[in-house]
Amino acid sequence: MTAANPMAPRRAAPAPDRTGLLLLIFVVTSALLLVSHNRDLLDTLGGLGAVLRNPIVEAIVVSLFLANVLFAYLWRAAPWAKALVGLGSLLLILPWAGQEDTSLLDLSIQIMIFAALALGLNIVVGLAGLLDLGYVAFFAVGAYTWGIFASPRFAEIGRYFAENPGASAAATAVLGAVTLLAGLGGYLALQRRRADDLSGAGAWGLVLLLVAGWVAWFFAGRGLFTLGDRPWSTAALWIGLVPTGLGLLYLAYSESRGRDARGALLSLSRVLLALAGVVGMVLVARSILLLTADGITGLTTGIDPSFFWLFLALSVFAAAVVGVLIGLPVLRLKGDYLAIITLGLGEVIRVLANNLDLYSAGSQGITPIKSASVGWFDTLAARLGFAEDQYGLLFLYVLCLLMVALILLVNVRLDRSRIGRAWIAIRDDEVAAQAMGVPLVQTKLIAFATGASFAGVMGMIFAAKQTFVSPESFNLFQSIGVLAMVILGGMGSFPGVILGATVVTLLNLRILPGLGEATAGLSWIPQQANPGQLQRLIFGAILVAMMLLRPEGLLPSRRRTLELHHEDNQEDDSAKGTGPALTGGGGDVFSPGLETRKEDEPAGGAK
Amino acid sequence: MDLATLLPFLVNVIAGGLVLGFVYAIIALGYTMVYGVLQLINFAHSEVFVTGAVVGFEVFRVLTPSPMNGYLKLLIALLAAMVISGLLNVLIERLAYRPLRNAPKLVPLITAIGVSLVLQDVLRLIEGFQGRFDLTYTLPEGFSGKFCGEGSSCVALGNALRTIGLDLQLKDVILIVVSLLSLAVLNYLVNRTRLGKAIRAVAQDRVTAGLMGIDSNRMISATFLIGGALGGISGVLFGLKFGTVNAYSGFDPGIIAFTAAVLGGIGSIPGAVLGGLTLGVIQNLIGVTNIFGGLLGIANLESIDASYQRIGAFIVLVLILIFKPTGLLGKSNVEKV
Repeated sequence: MTAANPMAPRRAAPAPDRTGLLLLIFVVTSALLLVSHNRDLLDTLGGLGAVLRNPIVEAIVVSLFLANVLFAYLWRAAPWAKALVGLGSLLLILPWAGQEDTSLLDLSIQIMIFAALALGLNIVVGLAGLLDLGYVAFFAVGAYTWGIFASPRFAEIGRYFAENPGASAAATAVLGAVTLLAGLGGYLALQRRRADDLSGAGAWGLVLLLVAGWVAWFFAGRGLFTLGDRPWSTAALWIGLVPTGLGLLYLAYSESRGRDARGALLSLSRVLLALAGVVGMVLVARSILLLTADGITGLTTGIDPSFFWLFLALSVFAAAVVGVLIGLPVLRLKGDYLAIITLGLGEVIRVLANNLDLYSAGSQGITPIKSASVGWFDTLAARLGFAEDQYGLLFLYVLCLLMVALILLVNVRLDRSRIGRAWIAIRDDEVAAQAMGVPLVQTKLIAFATGASFAGVMGMIFAAKQTFVSPESFNLFQSIGVLAMVILGGMGSFPGVILGATVVTLLNLRILPGLGEATAGLSWIPQQANPGQLQRLIFGAILVAMMLLRPEGLLPSRRRTLELHHEDNQEDDSAKGTGPALTGGGGDVFSPGLETRKEDEPAGGAK
Repeated sequence: MDLATLLPFLVNVIAGGLVLGFVYAIIALGYTMVYGVLQLINFAHSEVFVTGAVVGFEVFRVLTPSPMNGYLKLLIALLAAMVISGLLNVLIERLAYRPLRNAPKLVPLITAIGVSLVLQDVLRLIEGFQGRFDLTYTLPEGFSGKFCGEGSSCVALGNALRTIGLDLQLKDVILIVVSLLSLAVLNYLVNRTRLGKAIRAVAQDRVTAGLMGIDSNRMISATFLIGGALGGISGVLFGLKFGTVNAYSGFDPGIIAFTAAVLGGIGSIPGAVLGGLTLGVIQNLIGVTNIFGGLLGIANLESIDASYQRIGAFIVLVLILIFKPTGLLGKSNVEKV
């Protein structure tokens, strides 16, 4: 039960009831927030207004207000008061203050996006114990999934394909489908095979057949697949030949070590077939694009916003698929190797986004990206007195609230499920978990894909909110920022992770810029040393300080606390020397061959 | 470009890659030595390296007006960088890693990332308070010229090298010589001295080494000192080669050098050198892939340019970790329960 219920705060004695205090703080901070974000009121307040306008004071007011929700969660108070403060803050006061100052809504959306990201990374790092330093790549996948389609970029792509058709759509579709089926079918057929099932000659024959097939594909596709000035078939040839060459090198190496080559040949065949599947998929997608190129070119501002909901599902799916694709080759690795390789693959995705100018517009980024608009919601917002340009932001605010709630629910349910226990088992001891029958790669893949899917959906909302995506939003530093949130809050603890995300985002978006603004006029601080740019110092200090002083985080899960402070509160029997393990005590134990001797007799049988 | 000019061009690209590779190799040694004793990826090593580059910049800046011989200035810069980077690395170990020696493996790794970030901003602030961000090396007279160029005493040798396409700069040759010297000293230190023996013993089995009377904490500090000193050397060499550094420029060479260490087999000193040289050459080849693509008529390759260099290192890393996680010269290490 310890792990199953991280929501329950740990307390030695019942804390005093703080209903009154909670309500008092709620009223005071709400009033402060509402006043400090009402420009007209601030003008009439004179000197006090000027103080409240100070960026640092404003950041403190916002932080204090958000702390309400934390107090409502932590303190012992009447349930109605907790509900009132929690829901009232998020559903009433924040939108109300946001009506006067939309930057507040903007901030809240950012906080929630990062909270969801942190919850996703928490599954990978906190629960499954896989350090992922390229997590923001999945965020990018979600953002680009919507960004490419819901912006003028989509029409650009259509125009490009209309002008550079290469082969006809039908021919592309046929060759693509054949390649896909052959690759996928072959892969599935080989998947269950082991090296022992094959004779040496059979394995060699298989590889030679595949290489021959690949070359034949090249000649078949030769005049067909030129895209503009780029011959696709040549690319495909390289895609096939490079792994073959590497595979043969590896083969030569394993032969030189006197190892059996069949296993290597079989893996090489699998790789070639999987690549054929990927090439086939690309071609099928291409034929669809060719078929619809004329229609796409007409969509000068991207697809209709009503597709938003479909893409919400698609972005989850796309990010999960990328998660599995990245995870498959690397999840056999452990700890630090996994960290560095996910870092590398995250950078690969960013560099690709920076270089694939046709799809991602390179470093310029894609803009403007549409957002969804829901008729009845706009009417409701109008009734509530929101200005027309605020509808979109309010809608995203509510959507984010719902998403975070949903993700939290999924997290809690997963944590208590069979798969959640499997994650914790592999985090604690991979070998033991495997021995107990936990399928290692599959369990890790599920963790990777689940974490990725949360990032994907939030990436899409991020793109819709910013109306702009560029590779710069997805650099390594962002990944480390999310990691800092998880660690600050407490790995494995859901409320902790949300708290971490809130604190770090507030630091990044309010406190540091406020500090920078306040110190900008000071002549003794040169521009190059502006304290507004201390993100790295602060993130780094958070990581180091938390690891050294409080590795379980600010709001730890109970289980994690017990693990990390094992020696402080060792209550298990083995420490007292009374338990059965590793001590002389214990009763009759069946030991074959030595039935006559009692286990508690001293070794050597001294009488 | 035709095939007649291709060969000299290729020679030059590979030679440039080897020069770059030596810088990577020296950085990689810092990673590999620390990994050897602690099984920890010292993420902060890239900042130890940048510290060396910053110290080198400061030394050259302060010594610019002095009429001192250029090589003496370089020697002072190298020594200062070695001392400061080495001590910084020891300090990092003492404050950030030692208290966590028995913690789960992810804990010191995350600490290392944190230390790396903190150091980046500290370095930025130190130079920022003097109004600087990008630090451009002021090299001594003649350092940026060609190796054995016109008017020097060895112009015959220089011309001979140039006919086979090797058009080296003086600083490239300095870089190679300094790297080889450091490698020789390191090799002597690790393989021929008592200290080296003790470090190797600690790397093999810390507990047993302790039972044999070796103070493992001191040996770990010594390893960090040596690794940091190597980082300092590589920082100065990096500044010498590229001319400009800033507080954040450690990331790329750091990650490539780590890849080099893994490629060669992490924990193996010759492996780190081999990996560094290989990656340097690969990087330079990726940088000119577009030219080859144009030459060979493979249009797909024409869009691959220097912006893919980083990806190249990562792809090598992925392939190595998938197919031969122990690296080229590493020993396999099966986990036992």
